[in-house]
Amino acid sequence: MEKAVKRPGSRAEKLKKWLPLYLMMLPGAIYIIINNYIPMFGMVIAFKQVDFSKGILGSDWVGLKNFEFLFATEDAMVITRNTILYNLAFIVLNLFLGILFAIFICDVANKRLKKVYQSAILFPFLMSMVIVGYIVYAFFSMQNGIVNKSILPMFGQEPIFWYNEAKYWPAILVFVNTWKGVGYGCLIYISAIGGIDPTYYEAAELDGAGKLKQIWHITLPCILPSIITLTLLNIGRIFYSDFGLFYQVPRDSGMLYSTTNVIDTYVYRGLMRQGNIGMSSAAGVYQSIVGFCLVLLSNLVVRKVSRENALF
Amino acid sequence: MIKRNRGYQALANIVMLLVTLMVVLPFLLLFMSSITEENTLLLNGYSFIPAKFSLGAYEYIFRSGEKIFRAYGMTILLTVVGTLVNVSLTALFSYPLALKDLPGRKVITFFVFFTMLFNGGLVPSYIMWSSYLGVKDTVWGLLLPNLLLGSMNILLTRTYFSTSIPDTLYEAAQIDGASQFRVFRSIVLPLGKPILVTIGTFSGLTYWNDWTNGLYYISKNTDLYTIQNLLNKMVTDLQFLAQNSSNMSSDMAAELSKVPSTGVQMAIAFVAILPIILVFPFLQKYYAKGISLGAVKG
Repeated sequence: MEKAVKRPGSRAEKLKKWLPLYLMMLPGAIYIIINNYIPMFGMVIAFKQVDFSKGILGSDWVGLKNFEFLFATEDAMVITRNTILYNLAFIVLNLFLGILFAIFICDVANKRLKKVYQSAILFPFLMSMVIVGYIVYAFFSMQNGIVNKSILPMFGQEPIFWYNEAKYWPAILVFVNTWKGVGYGCLIYISAIGGIDPTYYEAAELDGAGKLKQIWHITLPCILPSIITLTLLNIGRIFYSDFGLFYQVPRDSGMLYSTTNVIDTYVYRGLMRQGNIGMSSAAGVYQSIVGFCLVLLSNLVVRKVSRENALF
Repeated sequence: MIKRNRGYQALANIVMLLVTLMVVLPFLLLFMSSITEENTLLLNGYSFIPAKFSLGAYEYIFRSGEKIFRAYGMTILLTVVGTLVNVSLTALFSYPLALKDLPGRKVITFFVFFTMLFNGGLVPSYIMWSSYLGVKDTVWGLLLPNLLLGSMNILLTRTYFSTSIPDTLYEAAQIDGASQFRVFRSIVLPLGKPILVTIGTFSGLTYWNDWTNGLYYISKNTDLYTIQNLLNKMVTDLQFLAQNSSNMSSDMAAELSKVPSTGVQMAIAFVAILPIILVFPFLQKYYAKGISLGAVKG
């Protein structure tokens, strides 16, 4: 191949080497800037009294007034409490059950059953919340749900107006979230457990250690990095909720808001239903800032405890 | 880990069998109610063993389910196009990022990673996409927001490209004078196929299941509904009916009574998840692998 000979490291040669690569990244970069970074600047909306006739840039600054309005409402307390409490429950339950199921699955001797269990726990994760909402409705529909029509009568109980009474939903939503989400963490723990050197267990058996001791002294310490990483990520996201879970499954029923309204649904309803841009954007900024601080904080904590497991 | 302790095996299996049952039963209920005769459904409620079977729901879909067919087609189109673009953009972005001596590599990686930590929220996103980019009531509103490219996919792919494709291959290609695009096409893509299939699986599933883009951006042009949007709309309509049946004009009631019957709703839901059920055994391997890869710090 004939080429004009250039000094190695010359500008032209460097350009020839790197320019095509930057060109490759250009479409993706443009999308990320548009989709992710520009909305970050859009957070100024929360500090303005948005008047669309003036446009966003021309609207007046109102400082923290939107935030004052937001936190003066009872809603602010309710959505914060709900968001955090649900997430704490989710984290604890998914952690405990995820590890438990992972240990069981890894220990099952029958290979075919092992595969069945692995597929089974992952399966609900693949469904959309809309479908999950339909399934929950099939169980709890007040007129013809299987619970009211078949299960409660078996115990001689009267039907319950599930979609009208807020008090049942923390239990329902925690159960649904675990049903749907435990497979994700479980899979990660399964692969972590798979990486443990079997000689540890053999040595422990020789020493007469029972199953429980083995789990406590070998399995858990060995998968600790995965546990920390996952839990850290989850805690960082404690201010965020699965919008589908809290909007679709309760079918957006107003009577359940006291136990099903979270920050994400509040922002959505404030924006789309009431057109209240001020409050919903304030809630959104509140969520983003606090959420970000929590990620930084939890990462800092982990750095102190075990440096190599921190995200950054 | 080989553990022949009988009691423990029994315990593990019993627990996991219960779990499997709790996973399978709800979907069985869904399917059963789609083949239950409509009046039985209303009388006896949802049940695992219908008193009367009927394929009427599915017959209805095939005969007069024009909206449903269109929604299904929309879902398929969106999933195919969206996934192809997502995988392409990801691959193109990740290859340069995988090269260890790319100038600005750390900065660009942080640029991508930061989006996982912090975002602007729904309000600015919505206002940007609908008022400034005008995607409301268009197919772009389903395709573009949030799903077209994601940092998770990029980091997974970059890690794979940089660890599983030996540097020596890149160097050899460069000595031979191959252009970067040539390297990408002939080395990276073929060798990167496993990870590309994995992120394709992630992306495809996300597009298939997405209902929020339709919820946010499609209000008037209901021809653009995907199956998930259709299912969502039916719930909204039913809730509206339930809460407003007293103070509604007869015209509105007639309009809203076009909501399909319960059995048909269940049939549509089942039809929406059927492709996932069918494809799942083949894709499970890639999906599971991707999840465990994602947990390893990139």
